[in-house]
Amino acid sequence: MDKVVAKSGFARGNSLWRYTFIRLRRNYLAMIGLAVILVLILAAVFAERIAPYGYATQDYAMIRKPPSARHLLGTDEFGRDVLSRLIYGSRVSLQVGFIAVSIALAAGGTIGAVAGYFGGAVDNLLMRIMDVQLAIPTILLAIVISSVLGPGLFNLMIAVGITAIPRFARLMRASVLSVKNTEFIEAARAMGASHTRVILLYIMPNCMAPLIVQATINVANAILFAATLSFLGLGVQPPYPEWGGMLSAARPYLRGNAYLSVFPGLAIMITIVALNCVGDGLRDALDPKQKR
Amino acid sequence: MDAAPVSAPLLDIRDLFVRFRTDAGVVHAVNGLNLSLRRGKSLGFVGETGAGKTTAALAALQLIQSPPGEMTGEIFFEGQDVMKMTEPEKRALRGGKIAMIFQDPMSSLNPIMTVEEQIMEMVSLHSAGAGARERAREMLTLVGIRPERGKDYPHQLSGGMRQRVGIAIALACEPSLLIADEPTTALDVTIQAQVIDLIKKLQSEVRTSLLLITHDLGVVAEICDEVAIMYAGRLVEAADLRKLYKKPLHPYTQGLFDAVPRLDADPDEKLAVISGLTPDPTDLPKGCSFSPRCPNVRDLCRERSCGMREHEPGHFVDCHFPMQDRNAANRGDGQ
Repeated sequence: MDKVVAKSGFARGNSLWRYTFIRLRRNYLAMIGLAVILVLILAAVFAERIAPYGYATQDYAMIRKPPSARHLLGTDEFGRDVLSRLIYGSRVSLQVGFIAVSIALAAGGTIGAVAGYFGGAVDNLLMRIMDVQLAIPTILLAIVISSVLGPGLFNLMIAVGITAIPRFARLMRASVLSVKNTEFIEAARAMGASHTRVILLYIMPNCMAPLIVQATINVANAILFAATLSFLGLGVQPPYPEWGGMLSAARPYLRGNAYLSVFPGLAIMITIVALNCVGDGLRDALDPKQKR
Repeated sequence: MDAAPVSAPLLDIRDLFVRFRTDAGVVHAVNGLNLSLRRGKSLGFVGETGAGKTTAALAALQLIQSPPGEMTGEIFFEGQDVMKMTEPEKRALRGGKIAMIFQDPMSSLNPIMTVEEQIMEMVSLHSAGAGARERAREMLTLVGIRPERGKDYPHQLSGGMRQRVGIAIALACEPSLLIADEPTTALDVTIQAQVIDLIKKLQSEVRTSLLLITHDLGVVAEICDEVAIMYAGRLVEAADLRKLYKKPLHPYTQGLFDAVPRLDADPDEKLAVISGLTPDPTDLPKGCSFSPRCPNVRDLCRERSCGMREHEPGHFVDCHFPMQDRNAANRGDGQ
């Protein structure tokens, strides 16, 4: 018995996260996704060292040239190296993706948890505010927020984050409603835990699984959304590269220089697929009720 | 049980009403409950599903959600009215003074915390400083689980072990009252016996009073000193164990005993049942709430209920025509 326990790794030092990671490791799709995201993060952090050229270095002899040994992914209409721009662009995309979603997750999660837990008038008030926000087209809302705050990376993140709040609030509320009436919540109250403690320690962690999946998918959405805003001139200002912005800029050359759209598109796609794989894997691994 | 007690009771519920306002109408869950429990004693709180036993227990812990719940009456615990306590006082009471064991060990533990952490949670909520982990290990040993298993999550333990963890959590702060809400209902028979023995043993070791909510008269006989029978939100009979088991006075109590399968009964004989169903709590009958199902019902019963009275010293019953007086009542009524 003791041996079995020790072997299965349940005996000592199995914090929730370690335990989750043990199970995540068995899911190879999630591990590939995680590897891709790690590579992207490294690329973003060490962009200056990795990128063969500067993001704004122009070479007028090499305008709209297809991939070659000199420029692995070709050059754009100003003779800038596409690969270097993609590498620098990963900074913006990853930052916007993760930070915007963190803002939405923190705000939406709290609103949803409070609404779901207390119910009644509080629930009605908060969720109607969320409904009002949902009724405003997200793009319009983001444009309004961005124009009030002014263009720039940080304001872009806030704008993207705020537009995603209702989705997280609704999801959190739904999970809280399903967890709220379970006996262990009543047991926690009967132990003398305060409402705040019950929400933070019992309800929210038990509601995290769907939220984490939603968050990873939303990182992808946020990246796309940031691209849209960049296209409208409200996001990152040129010449700083941004994947969505590159995609938009490449549109006029779709017929003659398709690679200009293909590579930023591929970058977005790979990032999104990788994030979704990790999200899916995390959902499975985070659920300790699933024994394997 | 309104007679002046010799020593002040630990828990004294007086005239408790609990209602829930729902879309289907007002649910009268508890209707004028009077109940008292002395220090160190154990009381079996028996009744059918929906009789309001759990609601009454949750009221003692002030855990009735309001809205939709409403409470009136007084609940004295160690001489203090818990209905008038402030929220921090109530939190100190829950777990610290009154602890609860829940019915279903599968769902009463937090699935994402290790069992050790859950015991530590209880300890740290009620006492400051270090030593929570040691206390958790101590409690696990006390309920017969190796302390190493404390690092496990609830789903890695069997049902019986989980219920023992529930007991460990409840007793970690040495409460003066332990409420066990059908602690054995979700367990199989052999584990039931283990859990009952454990509760019995720990109750005497930790010296806590016990309020055992159950519908199993056998379990009550095993552990309890006193019994209170609840029907449709109020007590119908209360006495000490021997008196009540020897001579049930209320027809409902009698019905409950008749419904217990006997080893010496004829196997072909059908099990006795109490005909009918518990009354709809949104629409309680006029008069005695048991009257629609009572085999000895009279016109008087349908008009007004009798109210709790001391039929014999220490034996209380809420019935116009208690069981052993039937013949006398027959004669009286027939004139």
